[in-house]
Amino acid sequence: MSDITSQSLFELISNIKEKKLSSEEITKAFINRAEKSKKLNVYVTDNFEKAIDQSKKFDSNPNFDLKLPGIPIAVKDLFCTNGVRTTAGSKILNNFVPTYESTVTQNLWSQGAILLGKLNCDEFAMGSSNETSFFGNVQNPVGENLVPGGSSGGSSAAVAANLTPVTIGTDTGGSIRQPASFTGTVGLKPTYGSCSRYGIVAFASSLDQAGPMTKNVRDCSMLLEVISSFDQKDSTSIDYKRNNYSKELSKDIKGKKIGIPKEYRVDNMPDEIEHLWKNGISYAKDCGAEIIDISLPHTNYALPTYYIVAPAEASSNLARYDGVKYGFRSPGQNLIEMYEKTRSEGFGDEVKRRIMIGTYVLSSGYYDAYYLKAQKVRQLIKKDFDDAFSKVDAILTPSTPSSAFKIGEKTNDPVSMYLNDIFTVPINLAGLPGISIPAGKDKNNYPLGLQVIGKPFDEQNILNISYALEDKINFKNDISDWWLSE
Amino acid sequence: MSKNSEYLIERENKQYEVIIGLEVHAQVTSESKLFSQSSTKFGAEPNTQVSLVDAAFPGMLPVINEFCIEQAIKTGIGLKAKINKKSVFDRKNYFYADLPQGYQISQYKYPIVGEGKVILDMPNGQKEIGIERLHLEQDAGKSIHDIDPNNTLVDLNRSGVALMEIVSKPDLRSPDEVNVYIKKLRSIMRYLGTCDGNMQEGSLRADVNVSVRLKGETEFGTRCEIKNVNSIKFMQMAIISEANRQIDLLEEGKEIDQETRLFDTKRNETRSMRSKEDAHDYRYFPDPDLLPLEISQELIEKIKSDIPELPDEKKKRFIDKFNLSPYEATILVSDIETSNFFEEVIKNSDVKLATNWITGELFAVLNEKNLEISQSPVSAKNLSKLINLIKDGTISGKIAKTVFEQMIDGDKDPLIIVKEKGLKQESDPKAIEELINKVIENNSDKVAEYKSGKDKLFGFFVGQAMKESKGKGNPQLINKILKEKLNG
Repeated sequence: MSDITSQSLFELISNIKEKKLSSEEITKAFINRAEKSKKLNVYVTDNFEKAIDQSKKFDSNPNFDLKLPGIPIAVKDLFCTNGVRTTAGSKILNNFVPTYESTVTQNLWSQGAILLGKLNCDEFAMGSSNETSFFGNVQNPVGENLVPGGSSGGSSAAVAANLTPVTIGTDTGGSIRQPASFTGTVGLKPTYGSCSRYGIVAFASSLDQAGPMTKNVRDCSMLLEVISSFDQKDSTSIDYKRNNYSKELSKDIKGKKIGIPKEYRVDNMPDEIEHLWKNGISYAKDCGAEIIDISLPHTNYALPTYYIVAPAEASSNLARYDGVKYGFRSPGQNLIEMYEKTRSEGFGDEVKRRIMIGTYVLSSGYYDAYYLKAQKVRQLIKKDFDDAFSKVDAILTPSTPSSAFKIGEKTNDPVSMYLNDIFTVPINLAGLPGISIPAGKDKNNYPLGLQVIGKPFDEQNILNISYALEDKINFKNDISDWWLSE
Repeated sequence: MSKNSEYLIERENKQYEVIIGLEVHAQVTSESKLFSQSSTKFGAEPNTQVSLVDAAFPGMLPVINEFCIEQAIKTGIGLKAKINKKSVFDRKNYFYADLPQGYQISQYKYPIVGEGKVILDMPNGQKEIGIERLHLEQDAGKSIHDIDPNNTLVDLNRSGVALMEIVSKPDLRSPDEVNVYIKKLRSIMRYLGTCDGNMQEGSLRADVNVSVRLKGETEFGTRCEIKNVNSIKFMQMAIISEANRQIDLLEEGKEIDQETRLFDTKRNETRSMRSKEDAHDYRYFPDPDLLPLEISQELIEKIKSDIPELPDEKKKRFIDKFNLSPYEATILVSDIETSNFFEEVIKNSDVKLATNWITGELFAVLNEKNLEISQSPVSAKNLSKLINLIKDGTISGKIAKTVFEQMIDGDKDPLIIVKEKGLKQESDPKAIEELINKVIENNSDKVAEYKSGKDKLFGFFVGQAMKESKGKGNPQLINKILKEKLNG
């Protein structure tokens, strides 16, 4: 048997079911590795003691009918967890302990999983490098001083570094897929409405969606199966029949039509990305898929549209962090002063930047020119995809325009940071499912990802295509455990 | 409306007309809040009716309470208004300590109910007031400044309670019309069971928009909005005071600034709260946590079929069926409880007598004791018994008043009172004849005067006979027999 922490979710599940491993052994193995991996800074809050107790409890009366029997899982610190501090990577929630559980995490625990701890992320999920977290940046296990991507950077790093078998992140403009791409892991953003937003600290309500982050496509299908559910507590949750994604997973994609959008061939795109994409296309052909050139004409407008819509919603969503009810408060002589001090000291620069952008684009006199226009463009972007999906079953693109960059490299250039989301953002605007799978490496040996985009509710199809491509690509992450301490 | 009933404010041979529009905030009658399941019960301990959603905890999401939607539709139908099949919930963004989300969920561009109307019964005829719109929104919590010397305390029990904002067109022209309008609105909503209209508990409050113009002008003047006035009396005072303030400014050749004002009830004057320049930019935008609200024709039809008879229709029926005067009918339908009481009484008794007794004696008692009709000390059942005693001649109208006075104390059965106190009317002709004989015997001088042509003395003999009967003599019989005796 290979080292416990390097096993896939499926391996762990079968080892538990066959009683080759106990939940306690597995839990302790991940905890031990985490203790030696502090340099990566993936944890904001650990739940190790309780996790061991729960694993023992599971072992004393195991239920092997559950989908995640006794499996320890760490989750992004954007999910509210009952009795466990939830910070959203922000000082303003530094001391916040929810008395309730998010639906998505509840779904994990209901299937036997055990909370290992809360993973670092960009503050309120605003960032592409995990550098905006109040709790410090996260190291990418792929290489020292490399960002793990963001905003689910703690999550991607934890999976890549074998600190959790799988994890869940959230994706508003690429926050699952981009970090997956940067760390050589798999990340899926489901259709908007697939996973409940109840109990997830909101960034941009019309775009936010939770999703699985895993080592491989099969684990991803299982985790999606567990977390996706209709929830009456979220008015935007959609009631539709969900697949048994892991059972129905198949590499047979013969005859599937896969679209290649010409607009994703952006200016100054590195050759290695172009090369990666070509490889992906030829693998898809090898699997019997039919490749079709398509056009998504409004792609160029997606990023500016996103950077109006998301900050607008965020500026309103974050108004509740005012020092009055919970979280951080900086006292003032009067209410206004308390607000100003609390929010000035409690939020970091990137969050403040987006609150200001959002406030501006919603202001009277600017609303029509920015927010309303952005909403119209959003409809056009959605229509692009609708038109394309009348011709194809799925769309294949690179996940990101580059590989992981150095910590600090882009912190003073927000626009260049925002450009990281160029391939992922349109999918959130259109509410579609998208998955990033590791597909190759750049000249520095850093992982690169390919993105498969599907029709609404067609997660099964993009999982199947990814499963087939994964087999052909046969990607191996080259991680040296350079950060381990004794 | 006739010219002489116009409400005009005079200034040195100039006459000013007052233009009023109201934004009424009516609390929706509902067990739970607009977007959460917390109770809306009034008067609970502070912060005991607050859910995680109401207190805006991270990750909490609003879920529409469909009952409140139905209540708004119902009210819209009661206002003869257009129900919009698609409406949108927007966020109205502003910071305040009692606004946990940092925004209020309201409806801005696309309200649930569009244009409608309310008919006012004014002393000199009917007047129609246009309704601009009705939209749903959340109430905020309550800031309490006078308990702790150093801090403001916040009670979130009210946070998230459903309100209907009913916006009138600027069709109101006098404090009297405002009085009748508010009462009519309240009456319609109470008939529908969509708002209890309880102003003491804050279930009904209004922002009052006032402008003035010279009589004959067709353009509106600059208006000021007086925020959050919570009684009809204060609305009327605020309007008079604000209209005079504006006219004074115009008379001095000054301009009126469009602004939001507050009414100081102690000083009876309005004070500037904020000018147009300082107006909040609420940054309204559609709430991304809620899908647009879509209402099916089936639901509208279903609600329509459940709409009870409303005051205007009931009034018409009372006039047509019971032959009531418009005045009587207006009074009896003004409140659902009153009309229910009336209809209960007339189930088993005479309509005309019931109308007189309810609008006369009963209302007098209620006014005196400051009671609602629902708290009436005399039940409909016993009042109808009393009326039947009058109708069948068991007691006279005059005795009935004595009986009624005794019924008030514990809703006593009038039959028992009449029996116990021996108040039954004397209707035996022989007995009446006997006592009339006695009266004639004792007043032979007056009889002579009468017979010599002093007709007016007839009333004196009636009075004497009544006195002799200790008030119990049947007045018709006394009249009849007296006439026979005196004229015979």
